[in-house]
Amino acid sequence: MGEWKTPAELKYADSDEWFAVDGNVVTIGITDYAQDQLNDIVYVEFKDAGDSVDAGDSFGEVESVKAASELYSAVPGEIIEVNTALEDEPEVINADPFGAGWMVKIRAADLQGIDGLMDAAAYDAYCDSR
Amino acid sequence: MQNAAATNGAGASQPKKLEPLIYDLGAPGRIGVNLPDCDVPKTALPADLLRADLALPEVGEVQVVRHFVKLSKLNYSIDQGLYPLGSCTMKYNPKINEDAARLPGFAQLHPLTDGDGAQGALFLMHELQTWLGEISGFEAVSLSPAAGAQGEFAGILMIRQYHIDRGEGQRDIILVPNSAHGTNPATVTMAGMSVRELPADAQGNVDLAALRDVCAGDLRDRIAGMMITVPSTLGLFEATILDVVEAVHDAGGLMYMDGANMNALMGAVKPGQLGFDVMHYNLHKTFSTPHGGGGPGSGAVGVTAALAPYLPGPVVAVIEEENEQEPPLYGLVMPEKSIGRLKAFQGNFGMHLRAYAYIRVYGDAGIRDVTRYAVLNANYLRARLMATYKVPYPRYCGHEFVLEGHFDDAEDVHALDISKRLMDYGFHPPTNYFPLIMPEALLIEPTETEVKEDLDAFVAAMERIAEEARSEPETLLNAPHTAPVRRLDEVKAVKELVLCCAPALPIGARD
Amino acid sequence: MSYIPHTDAETRQMLRAIGVDSIDDLFEAVPAAHRFPGLDLPAPMSEMDVAAEMLAISEANDHAGDFAVFRGAGAYHHFIPSVVNHMLLRGEFYTAYTPYQPEISQGTLQATYEYQSMMCALTGMDAANASHYDGATSLAEAVTVALEAGRRKRKKIILSHAINPQYREVVRAYHLGRDIRIIGDRGRGEVVDLMEMLDDNTAMLAVQYPNYFGQIDDFSRLAEAVHASGALLVFVANPIALSLFKSPGELGADIVVGEGQPLGIPLGYGGPYLGYFAIRQKYVRRIAGRIIGETVDADGRPAFVMTLRPREQDIKRERASSNICTNQGLMALAASIYLALMGKNGLRQVGELNYHKAQYAADQIDRLDGYSVDRSKPFFNEFVVACPRPVAEINDELLAEGIIGGVDLGEHYFHLQDHMLVCVTETNSKAEIDRLAEILGGLN
Repeated sequence: MGEWKTPAELKYADSDEWFAVDGNVVTIGITDYAQDQLNDIVYVEFKDAGDSVDAGDSFGEVESVKAASELYSAVPGEIIEVNTALEDEPEVINADPFGAGWMVKIRAADLQGIDGLMDAAAYDAYCDSR
Repeated sequence: MQNAAATNGAGASQPKKLEPLIYDLGAPGRIGVNLPDCDVPKTALPADLLRADLALPEVGEVQVVRHFVKLSKLNYSIDQGLYPLGSCTMKYNPKINEDAARLPGFAQLHPLTDGDGAQGALFLMHELQTWLGEISGFEAVSLSPAAGAQGEFAGILMIRQYHIDRGEGQRDIILVPNSAHGTNPATVTMAGMSVRELPADAQGNVDLAALRDVCAGDLRDRIAGMMITVPSTLGLFEATILDVVEAVHDAGGLMYMDGANMNALMGAVKPGQLGFDVMHYNLHKTFSTPHGGGGPGSGAVGVTAALAPYLPGPVVAVIEEENEQEPPLYGLVMPEKSIGRLKAFQGNFGMHLRAYAYIRVYGDAGIRDVTRYAVLNANYLRARLMATYKVPYPRYCGHEFVLEGHFDDAEDVHALDISKRLMDYGFHPPTNYFPLIMPEALLIEPTETEVKEDLDAFVAAMERIAEEARSEPETLLNAPHTAPVRRLDEVKAVKELVLCCAPALPIGARD
Repeated sequence: MSYIPHTDAETRQMLRAIGVDSIDDLFEAVPAAHRFPGLDLPAPMSEMDVAAEMLAISEANDHAGDFAVFRGAGAYHHFIPSVVNHMLLRGEFYTAYTPYQPEISQGTLQATYEYQSMMCALTGMDAANASHYDGATSLAEAVTVALEAGRRKRKKIILSHAINPQYREVVRAYHLGRDIRIIGDRGRGEVVDLMEMLDDNTAMLAVQYPNYFGQIDDFSRLAEAVHASGALLVFVANPIALSLFKSPGELGADIVVGEGQPLGIPLGYGGPYLGYFAIRQKYVRRIAGRIIGETVDADGRPAFVMTLRPREQDIKRERASSNICTNQGLMALAASIYLALMGKNGLRQVGELNYHKAQYAADQIDRLDGYSVDRSKPFFNEFVVACPRPVAEINDELLAEGIIGGVDLGEHYFHLQDHMLVCVTETNSKAEIDRLAEILGGLN
């Protein structure tokens, strides 16, 4: 078992995003495991509020010192809110990935994509296996 | 922006820069050059258009010379020793080429000189086009791309236009093996096309079955072509290359060869004869033009007759055939359906003339020997190092080969540590962590210009490092110990982002 | 064997170590039918003979060593202090590779950092990269940055017709595969006309400073208009002119690009040159190519390293905004040495010499029968002359008198038939200028 947090109430993608579902609004960020792997996050860039994404589409990217990673949405819909504070303080993602480090909120056109995601136990096992 | 004042002026205990910044030298009013007086009547300067401040250094000539000589001594270079940096072909840069480049007839020739006045330069470029065509087996060559990446871009744009002109503009996918140089996929995107990555098989070749699946599948009509490096970035000649070419051609795609590794092929095989449609050279690798600490390069492209009309321009052509009295007249022309101009003027001519001199020295037999001895040196190092390091692919290599820079019984030591430790033994490290498909890769390319004694000394250093990895791993983890500086804090560099020293910024922007 | 040092005995030892009988056995993976083809190349040559041949070829060119040059149009004949060449010829600089191993590359890294700093000083920007291929490719890369800054939603690029025509060709070739529109340069639009084209679909507007005709346009309202539309303002600037004239930063530019060749790099038939690229802090992460930053080593010693690496093609691969890898590093070093030597006072002096000599030359030519100089705007070291005869004819006559005349503007600008773009730098003496005017006067 790794030393990272994996809140039980969230859903997880194998590309290391977490998803919080509230009605048809889905909040997305990256996991504690992902921020730990990336190490110091120095830059983020997201699509704009008002943009739409398809399931499997990128909604932005994070950059650490030596890597750049795309961020993917599991659901289609319209981006209704972007955590623009992260643009100035990307290190918040390292410090608080499940709280202040949230990235975008999407008003989902459907929630089918959520069904295919892992629960906390499965994601933990997945991280352990890597 | 954060600026350098913070790091310059900090506590007395902090070590100082090895050499001050040019901005920290000098004194107000000092000047490093002796300029002529104005010999014409002066005209009033337009006051409202003038700048108030020009924040350049004020240093004398002697100071400038010493500053740059001191800086130069902080570098490692081919002129100092073996530089086995895989995929970069760091061979000796002949001195005669530097002399030639500085002849006034080349160095002081204006790029817009009318054709009649540039016949020497045009003749040289025409010969070089012909020779590069001969070595690669291609019908036509353009010297205009400024570097390998620009040659790649030219190649992919040509493939794109070729399909569009045939009414097959839907072909927008370029297949790229996962072992490719990063420039390959980046090029595809720049050209407005899409990348489809292909896996490698256990032998380091392109997985032929996977390729055939893609070529027979849904995407068949969208395949515009494939980019592949030969020999591969693992230093291995693709044993199934003819099958790869056939599969892509069958699907209607064209074959692009990344010619970064031509040092393994000259006189051994002509890519044009293997069925490739287009390739680029790196004159700064294969043809000895100096890397200059990052550039300039030169990325000539060769193509089949079908693609010749699409070459980037200008190219050199014979405008008037020779006759009994006169030699041929050369001129710059844009090919009929050219993808256009990739650079103002006609390419990095200074690199063309060095490559010309290089080929002239070696001639027909010698050029083949360049490749033969490059391959000999690489296989010799490989054979000697196999006893100490894991060599993943049990085949003879081309001009370079990959080792695993990691030991099962010295887990903390990584390829990077071995690289850094090599500096202490007086060698430049190999390329590490490329190709990406092999973990802990050390890609080693000695080139043909290295003497056996130096290769043996390199082997001895690598063997000693392998022992140290077990006996004193800390020595490796903290290496280098004798280089001008120790390992650098790359996180700080990114986080604080000091890209320009404070005195150079406009007054209001200085902290 | 030229630069191959192997003795036969060594070759045999090496083959034994490998376990093969001959070098050719190492090529077994190459398809036999295509292995070791004939090579139709000339015979090998001694170094002495190659030196003689290179000299002979070079002498078949009309060069600035033998001719007075009044030609610019993107490549300029300037005085280059001896020190520049001597420093460039240090093998520690020119035979080194890209500084991927910073511990043994501090020379290249610090010199490049100093180059970046001096380019910031000249342009009034906050950051500069380690170079692009030339001025034209720098402009093409600026287009990419502007498209990215506009989140790929803004699709319109406005270029002034007074940007070097070759640069505009390069921009079009670079963006052939992209769904964008490049406008503004087909007619003769002035800066105010370009401002009319701005809208919320515009990613950038670019002007040249001084423009291709050597003139300084009125930019007083430009930056405000461009920024009001949400687009980026790009200047293509001649770095020698920036010794005298307001920095593009002062004029509101977001990106400044241009040809660094005037900074200590010889004409060299068009390359290698130096594309410089400088940008405001806000957009620094969108810059392509290598960037050097300051940091410290494990002992806390200040030192330099390539930074913002994840933007680059070797890490970001198909998601990188540019494929640039090899740049023009040695040419940036040349510019660094040149700017250090010239410094604050010398560069200004060079700028003034260019200005005064060009104004003087224009005065001499303007008073000739049949010739007139375009004085509608202030100019730096180039100006447009309306000629009484085709420019090609005039240039033939000048060549016979040992002078390389100006560029024929009619080749790229239909409305400028029989117009010559004359360039005068510090290298042109008063005697040369007077001689030019005298010969032109006889050709009316």
